[in-house]
Amino acid sequence: MSLSPKSVSALKAIVFVFALVPLARLAAGALFFPDWLGANPAEFITRSTGDWTLRFLLAALAVTPLRKLLGWHWLLRFRRMLGLYAFFYAVIHLSSYVSFDHVFELAEILADIVKRPFITVGFTALVLMIPLAVTSTDKMVRRIGAKQWLSLHRLVYVIAPLGVLHFWWMVKKDVTEPAIYAAVLAVLLGYRLVAKLARRRHRAGRLPHGPAVEPRPNA
Amino acid sequence: MLIRRPSDILPSEITPRRFYERRRELMKLAAAGSILGAAGVLARSARAQEKTLGLQKLENVAKSPLSTKEPLTAYKHVTSYNNYYEFGTEKEAPEVYGKRLKVRPWSIVVEGEVAKPRSFAIEELLNFPLEERIYRLRCVEAWSMVIPWVGFEFNRIAKLVEPTANAKFVEFVTAYQPETMPGVRLPVLDWPYTEGLRIDEAMHPLTLLAVGLYGEMLPNQNGAPIRLVVPWKYGFKSGKSIVRIRFVEKQPKTAWERANPNEYGFYSNVNPAVDHPRWSQKRERRIPDFFARRETVLFNGYGDQVASLYAGMDLKKFF
Repeated sequence: MSLSPKSVSALKAIVFVFALVPLARLAAGALFFPDWLGANPAEFITRSTGDWTLRFLLAALAVTPLRKLLGWHWLLRFRRMLGLYAFFYAVIHLSSYVSFDHVFELAEILADIVKRPFITVGFTALVLMIPLAVTSTDKMVRRIGAKQWLSLHRLVYVIAPLGVLHFWWMVKKDVTEPAIYAAVLAVLLGYRLVAKLARRRHRAGRLPHGPAVEPRPNA
Repeated sequence: MLIRRPSDILPSEITPRRFYERRRELMKLAAAGSILGAAGVLARSARAQEKTLGLQKLENVAKSPLSTKEPLTAYKHVTSYNNYYEFGTEKEAPEVYGKRLKVRPWSIVVEGEVAKPRSFAIEELLNFPLEERIYRLRCVEAWSMVIPWVGFEFNRIAKLVEPTANAKFVEFVTAYQPETMPGVRLPVLDWPYTEGLRIDEAMHPLTLLAVGLYGEMLPNQNGAPIRLVVPWKYGFKSGKSIVRIRFVEKQPKTAWERANPNEYGFYSNVNPAVDHPRWSQKRERRIPDFFARRETVLFNGYGDQVASLYAGMDLKKFF
C-alpha cells in the first residue's frame, strides 16, 4: 500500500489529534468529571500516562518491522511523532509522581529513586529519552550527522526494555499486563535481531552473487 | 467552647515546620503546578452527599467512643476501590465480580486450642450487640480512608469458645469459592487467603469483626458477610469474608508472607519508619485526594491504645 504525500500529511494530523485523547480524558476527569478517574485520581493519572508511554514506545518500535514486512514505507513519517508522544506521556507520568505522590519533596524522591529498583529503572529510561527527544528535529539530524544520530537513537533498544521492566517490577503480584507488553517488545526486538543475523550471513559471503543488502536505518 | 481532646489532633494534622516556613513558595508551586489537582478536589468536595447501595439496614447500632471524628470517605469510594484479589487484582474488579459471591448460607467455624469449639451461623452473629466504629484504614499501597464499620469486638467470640493456655495466635481463613471468584484461577496468591494475629492483638478491644458499613450490611466487595478489621495494621491484615477461625500455638504463615516474605511480615503494623521495598511509607494519600500530603503515623494513630502490645520489640525486625 502506498500513500501520496498529501494523504500522509492528512493521516499524520489525524494521529496527532488522536494521540491527545488520553490526555484530554484525564484533564476532563480531573477538572469536571471526577467519576471518570475513580477513588484514587492521582494513581489513575500516573498509571494511565505510564501505559500510554509504553504503548507509544512500542508503536514507534513497530514502524521498522511493519515497513519492511508490508512495504509501507510511508510509516517512517510517523516514527518521530510516536517517539515524541512517548516522551510527552513519560514527562506527565513523572510529574504526576513528583507532585501527587511526593508533593515535591526532593530528598524523598531521590531516596526513592536510589532505593526502589522499579523507580530506578523507570527514571533511567526517562532520562535516556531526553537526548532522543532533543535530537529529534531535522536540523539536529543534520548537525550531528546521520550515522551518529542513528547510533544515538539505538538507545531506544535500552529504553523500551527498561520501561517494561519498570512496569513488571511495579506490579505487586499479578504480572499479566506487563507480560503482554514484554511479549510485544520481544517480537519487535526479535525481528531486528533475526534481520541483523540474516544480513551478517549475506555479508559473510555465503551468497556471493545474492541480492545486495542495502544498509538501512534500523533504529 | 469546644475543646478537642489532644489525642484528636493527629501529629499528621500539624503542619510540619519545613512546610510552614516555605509556605509562600509552596503556595506558588501549588498554584502553578497543580491547577488540575486543585480543581479536581473542589469538584469532589462539592458533591459530598452520601448515596449507598441501599442494602439491608442494621438496627440498634450503638455509637462508640473509639470512633475517630475525621471526615468519612465517601461510600462510593469505599465500595469501588478495593483489594479483594479473589475477584481480580484491579481495584474495580471486586465491585464488578463481587456480586457473584455467595453469602448465604454462611457460618464461621471456630476451632483449635479452645475448650468449646463450635460454629456460628451468620444470623447468630448479626444478633450480637452491634456498634459503629469509625476507623482509619491504611493500605500498604500508601493510601488511606476513614470508614464507618458496624460490628463487634472479636474478643466476644473468643469468650464464647474459651481459648486454652496453648492459644498463642489466631489464624483467619477466608472464603474460597472457585465458582464465584474469577481471580482464584490464577495462582496470584496461595488460596484460600489466610491471615493471622497474636492472641493479645486479636483480643484487643480495637480488633473488630465487621458485618456492616455506613449502617447497612457489608457489600460483597468489602468482605461480606463478615470480615476482620485491625485498624493499626496495613489493610491486608484485615481478612475479608471469614469462614474459619483457628486458635493455634505456633505463629501461622499468612498468605502474603507465603507469597513474598521479604516484603510482607507477620506483624505489618503501620509504621512510617519501616520502609516497604515497594512503597515509601512516610506519607499517604487520603482517598480521593490528589496529593499524598498526610504524614503516616506509627500504628496508624492508634499508638495510645496498642503501643504497649509491642513494648521491647524491635519493630524493624518484626515488621
